[in-house]
Amino acid sequence: MKRQLAGTAALLRLALRRDRVMMPVWVLATSLLVVSMPNALGSVYETAAERATAASAMNANSSLRALYGPVFADSLGGLTAWRAGVFAAVLAGIMSLVVVVRHTREEEETGRQELLSAAMVGRRAPLTAALLAALLANSLVGLLITAGLAGQGATGALALGLAVAGAGTVVATAAAVAAQLTESARAAKGVAAAVLGAAFVLKAAGDSGAAAGESALTWASPLGWVEHVRAFGGERWWVLALFAAAVAAQGALAYALAGRRDVGMSFLAGRPGPAEGRLGGTGALAWRLQRGSLLGWSAGFLIAGLVFGGMAEGAADLVGDNAKTREIIERMGGRSALSDAFLAAMAGMLGLVAALFVVSSVLRLQAEESGQRAEPLLAHAVGRLRWAGGHLAVAFGGSALILALGGLGLGLGHGQGAADTAGAVGACLAQLPAVWTIGALAVLLYGAAPRLAPAAWAVAGTALALGWVGPALNVPQAVMDLSPFTHLPKLPGATEIAWTPLALLTTLAAALTATGLTTLRHRDLTP
Amino acid sequence: MTKAEAISVVGLHKAFGRTRALDGLDLSVATGEVHGFLGPNGAGKSTTIRVLLGLLRADSGTARLLGGDPWADAVGLHRRVAYVPGDVTLWRNLSGGEVIDLYGRLRGGSLDRARRAELVERFELDPTKKGRAYSKGNRQKVALVAAFASDADLLILDEPTSGLDPLMEEVFRGCVAEARDAGRTVLLSSHILSEVEALCDRVSIIRAGRTVESGTLAELRHLTRTSISAELAGPPDGLADLPGVHDVQIHGGKVRFQADTDQLDAVLRALTASGVRSLTSTPPTLEELFLRHYTGTAQADEGSGGGEGHEGSGAHAAGEGDAAGEGDEGGEGDEAGEGGEAGEAKGRDESTGANAR
Repeated sequence: MKRQLAGTAALLRLALRRDRVMMPVWVLATSLLVVSMPNALGSVYETAAERATAASAMNANSSLRALYGPVFADSLGGLTAWRAGVFAAVLAGIMSLVVVVRHTREEEETGRQELLSAAMVGRRAPLTAALLAALLANSLVGLLITAGLAGQGATGALALGLAVAGAGTVVATAAAVAAQLTESARAAKGVAAAVLGAAFVLKAAGDSGAAAGESALTWASPLGWVEHVRAFGGERWWVLALFAAAVAAQGALAYALAGRRDVGMSFLAGRPGPAEGRLGGTGALAWRLQRGSLLGWSAGFLIAGLVFGGMAEGAADLVGDNAKTREIIERMGGRSALSDAFLAAMAGMLGLVAALFVVSSVLRLQAEESGQRAEPLLAHAVGRLRWAGGHLAVAFGGSALILALGGLGLGLGHGQGAADTAGAVGACLAQLPAVWTIGALAVLLYGAAPRLAPAAWAVAGTALALGWVGPALNVPQAVMDLSPFTHLPKLPGATEIAWTPLALLTTLAAALTATGLTTLRHRDLTP
Repeated sequence: MTKAEAISVVGLHKAFGRTRALDGLDLSVATGEVHGFLGPNGAGKSTTIRVLLGLLRADSGTARLLGGDPWADAVGLHRRVAYVPGDVTLWRNLSGGEVIDLYGRLRGGSLDRARRAELVERFELDPTKKGRAYSKGNRQKVALVAAFASDADLLILDEPTSGLDPLMEEVFRGCVAEARDAGRTVLLSSHILSEVEALCDRVSIIRAGRTVESGTLAELRHLTRTSISAELAGPPDGLADLPGVHDVQIHGGKVRFQADTDQLDAVLRALTASGVRSLTSTPPTLEELFLRHYTGTAQADEGSGGGEGHEGSGAHAAGEGDAAGEGDEGGEGDEAGEGGEAGEAKGRDESTGANAR
């Protein structure tokens, strides 16, 4: 066993060196989000009485429970755990899966692992180093949350810190298993992200159904466990054992698999392809390269839509006499019927997530260029615009497709007839101008400064954070206005659709895309 | 060139930040020839090729490809050009066969099916494998089949045989020869000297972004020195003073020296005047030729072209010796006692020098 781990320390140092920017930024952003919450919540709910009313209103409403989970304590600490606990766990989970896959499957896929494994590196050392790096990052998140919230009560702060770190580590081990199964890093990240998404949907469905979060569905989700720890609300420390058990089980599975396979090989092996190809051009190639990922996103959006649509009726249960809560919902959603407001909030949520799709899809251009697969293509009779156009068609058309499917799911799940379903589809499609604007920013970044293109993730992440957490925090309107999603009409439910912002955002997206493509045409291809 | 030039590059400059990748590069490739493009790693070969393919834009200088502007007319020109990079990367979920056919369609026409099948056979390529399942050599084969199966007028090959086994190297040479017989032009960047010697009509050698030598191999050989050892009947009067004679060593009746190849006639005449009993002459090897151009610093470029070139190169050899910390013999290379090829081959270290011998 000792030989199997030889070189772990060196690999860990290598991993930390490579992640020296991403990891600290992510750790700080995640923990700051949580730590700043008591202040922000304190400015919304100034007195204990206000907080108590808000908490009971939240708990009575199944759709809010679905999004944020039940409130277990109406102290500032309790509300912080309610509002930010799961969100921070999702962020920690994304960081963990990226870190683990990056240092395991991606190393093998690129062939770099071969070079490392030829040195004094044990068979299980890369996996161990990757998991240790993820564990370290998650521990830092937990530590910062604990330290930052200590003022709200040390035990609660510790419980929340451990829960967030625990959930992140569970995702890390899930990603470790995925990295053994798939041959490509992209697929491994996709599998791990799907697990994370499923955990969120399970938690949401469970919380929507049962008031105190005691549904079996919630218990099945690691994100549900974050709630069940009940930080600041009479901590249930034994729930932390669930994280430990899941980490141990998944970790053992990953280690067992890692010890049984060859470097670079996977358990889901590829099949041979056709000896002759039918791909007719760069458009067909872009479709071929992205169709798998688009299929995954489509299925995810349809399922999420169905689940959230099924919860919409519960939104009418709201105890409607809390002005603050109503205000929050209205700011998030719409003006009229609360089920409409809920659907609008869900459409907005799907739009925010679709921004992640559009960024990942646009950045395929950068991956193709930096992977030196673009160069031989462009040495053929293919203009850069035509080449980029294929991928952008998938990115922009694909966002329309997944949003339409999300809307279809919402409508079908809501089950109020064809007109209602059409409304839900329309509401989701109304997110497109904002999604496209984010995508167009990614195009501009890629065209003008390909090395900085991954910053588009930060753009999408900021929009996501503003949209998800902003409304409850009284974030200044000037800051909210930075996100294109703020300018969208709240649909369904608006009495009349404001077409102007939609048209303006679409025009802005077109202009940004055109500028990005022009710079792409005139710059050197990065060797 | 009397014939139309397939590639004509004059005074090309390209900088990446502070790094000057191309520093006034010239390159001229006549239509229908196989042109070797040589130079040490980092000399600017791939950068030149990327400029020719319209992937990079030159800072200054002119580049013409098949009579067009490689940047402005990129797409139109690329219908007539096939390119094989030195490191072929494939999409992990596409089979080799799919990539070959995709490349064929992207060039505008479709591939000649019979030719494609024949090439797949000759290169012993399994076209059903996908992406990373291919070894380095097999990935090269995918690009080579796609290039040779096309009807492109110009083949730009950037170290195309890296990773190929010797049998496949033979197949590759056969394909290049066929391409030349079909009247196509080939620009071949390579480090494999035997490949260059076997295939190329003319070569250009570049270093530090500049062309240092260009011509047929025979012409280039002409610019180098021949080693001569002879047994003479009488003393070799005045031999050391003849132009183009270097590193003279005299042991009794035996004499060893280096002579510039274009001065051989006069040198031999001087020897026969002393009465020649035996004579051995060793022509310069290709390796010597290339090592002479590959080593050295950017400033020491006087070696390019003409009779002056020899002196320049000699001085340059001395400079090199200094740099390598062999100042004593290097500084006075011409009369250094142990000299032979040390001054000529100019290895950066002893072993390189030995190789050159």
